[in-house]
Amino acid sequence: MAGKTLYDKLWESHVVHEEADGTCLIYIDRHLVHEVTSPQAFEGLRLAGRKPWRNSSIVANPDHNTPTKDWDKGIEDPISRLQVETLDNNIKEFGALVYFPFKNKDQGIIHVIGPENGTTLPGMTVVCGDSHTSTHGAFGALAHGIGTSEVEHVLATQTLVAKKSKSMLVRVDGQLGKGVTAKDVALAIIGKIGTAGGTGYAIEFGGEVIRGLSMEGRMTLCNMAIEAGARAGLVAPDEKTAAYLEGRLHAPKGDNWTKAVAYWSTLKSEADATFDTVVVLNGAEIAPQVTWGTSPEQVLPIGSTVPDPAQEADATKRTSIENALKYMGLTANTPIDQIQLDKIFIGSCTNSRIEDLRAAAGVAKGKKVASNIKLAMVVPGSGQVKRQAEAEGLDKIFIEAGFEWREPGCSMCLAMNSDRLSPGERCASTSNRNFEGRQGPGGRTHLVSPEMAAAAAIAGHFVDVRSA
Amino acid sequence: MKAFTTLNGLVCPLDRANVDTDAIIPKQFLKSIKRSGFGPYLFDEWRYTNYGEPGMDCSTRPLNKDFVLNQPRYQGAQVLLARDNFGCGSSREHAPWAIEDQGFRVIIAPSFADIFFNNCYKNGILPIVASAEQVDSLFKECLANEGYTLNVDLEAQTVTTPSGQSFSFEITPTRKHNLLNGLDEIGLTLQHADAIKAFEQKHQAAQPWLFA
Repeated sequence: MAGKTLYDKLWESHVVHEEADGTCLIYIDRHLVHEVTSPQAFEGLRLAGRKPWRNSSIVANPDHNTPTKDWDKGIEDPISRLQVETLDNNIKEFGALVYFPFKNKDQGIIHVIGPENGTTLPGMTVVCGDSHTSTHGAFGALAHGIGTSEVEHVLATQTLVAKKSKSMLVRVDGQLGKGVTAKDVALAIIGKIGTAGGTGYAIEFGGEVIRGLSMEGRMTLCNMAIEAGARAGLVAPDEKTAAYLEGRLHAPKGDNWTKAVAYWSTLKSEADATFDTVVVLNGAEIAPQVTWGTSPEQVLPIGSTVPDPAQEADATKRTSIENALKYMGLTANTPIDQIQLDKIFIGSCTNSRIEDLRAAAGVAKGKKVASNIKLAMVVPGSGQVKRQAEAEGLDKIFIEAGFEWREPGCSMCLAMNSDRLSPGERCASTSNRNFEGRQGPGGRTHLVSPEMAAAAAIAGHFVDVRSA
Repeated sequence: MKAFTTLNGLVCPLDRANVDTDAIIPKQFLKSIKRSGFGPYLFDEWRYTNYGEPGMDCSTRPLNKDFVLNQPRYQGAQVLLARDNFGCGSSREHAPWAIEDQGFRVIIAPSFADIFFNNCYKNGILPIVASAEQVDSLFKECLANEGYTLNVDLEAQTVTTPSGQSFSFEITPTRKHNLLNGLDEIGLTLQHADAIKAFEQKHQAAQPWLFA
């Protein structure tokens, strides 16, 4: 019999009950909660007279609606304010292990604060009413997004009704070249397998390139698993995982730490484990990536030209390319490095951690944002990231180069607060989705790494960061 | 949850692949703390020519006449015909809430994004996966015949066209049972409360740090 995959081990260690058709009740260790997808769930709980099963599993924080500047003015939009206050009141009523209200010094993007406070651990099941929960798979946790009905279900029962996914191994061999990041690896994978390539799968990322990534890089990669259609991405924990977690606020301590690390070392796919699908990439062949369309799979290496729909034989794909070019205001065969930009966004749960800011600052240091760029903004992922960056002087590098240095939050990744693109504006963004209207109605998004975004800010158009 | 048994409904064809949840319900409407009232904002950026804000009276907004949902022949549609990877993107349940509030009870597509697919079942919507050829043929028939309806029978797991042609679809027995009976999933799970408690104790003994 074939050995177990990491996914098998995580799944089997959380099955509470199984129906004849394979539908299972899965125990949930960690429940991350933000203001947008939780109010109806808490209301449902209240209406049914139910209580949270285990409120110490809850880590909560508003992030989507919160402004990234002028915090002294509070939240000006009354509808956003009500949603954030509703979370305050729900946590006050029902309780949580961790709650950072708006303006707390540690508040940030939920997928940044979970790991940095040691509340995401290997071997856990982690859920959140947010598709980018896949981020936490970087720790060898089974982590995925859920809908609001499921948020209520987890609150009330500490379980989720689920069926086991198929397994996919995405192996990235070799070494990445200089200037090529986890973001480029993620986009290259999506370019190869498509945005539906991972549908129905839990993806484990393995190979030399993945082992070489920092925890921040692994989080970026797993974050984007959902953009490949996979609810969950996984990286087996190793010494880097333990080193990242040791000493963090809610990480195990003393005897528990020793036991935990020993257990975590068993969380890997066996050498003879088999996967339903295996995809292999060569790290050395991956160049910095830029999306040109309105789906993350519409991506190409810098140095390419925008595709020509006339060259596409498949009618549905041809229409998709035509629609994307029209929305993006691009002409077929335009070289990507000639695309001029209006705004730059460095932030989001994909790329707002300290390593991302260090990399972007490294490119921006001593340079100036180009005159055609109307706004270049850096939004750290959390209060902790912001303080660390300021201690290293990164804020000064950005400000001197002409970037705005903001308060933490989701910001222009999805533009629920006032950070957004105006119709027709074009943005180099380190976020995760280039969907129509995602960063503002009529806004045009190109997804890139923090280095590529910073280099584009300086040049005013896309450039190959390797030669910038 | 609303039960679903059978439906004979008008079909609306949405001929785009990779329709994402930002397109289904844009983010500004996610600020609502309610579960209802999202229908008028379904596909907001495609449906209207002005920018929608929460609380707007949509009956007076300028319509994009080219958008399929605005065409007179598709008014009152209950079956949404779609292309590959429908519902990709975020986990927002506001997407199925908006679709249901608009009056749709069935979505037929060659493939769906996982989280969206799952969210449909929680809201009495039946997502049906059909082969790309079947979907293609339904698109052609629907466009060629005004008033085109499909008959969907969950018990029999069949979709039947007006000409009497029929194909079957897959659904897990658990989902089928819950949907047919409109069951409250939390209530069902809490029947296993003792098993959950027993699991939790064992889990805590093995990994006490998870409960610290």
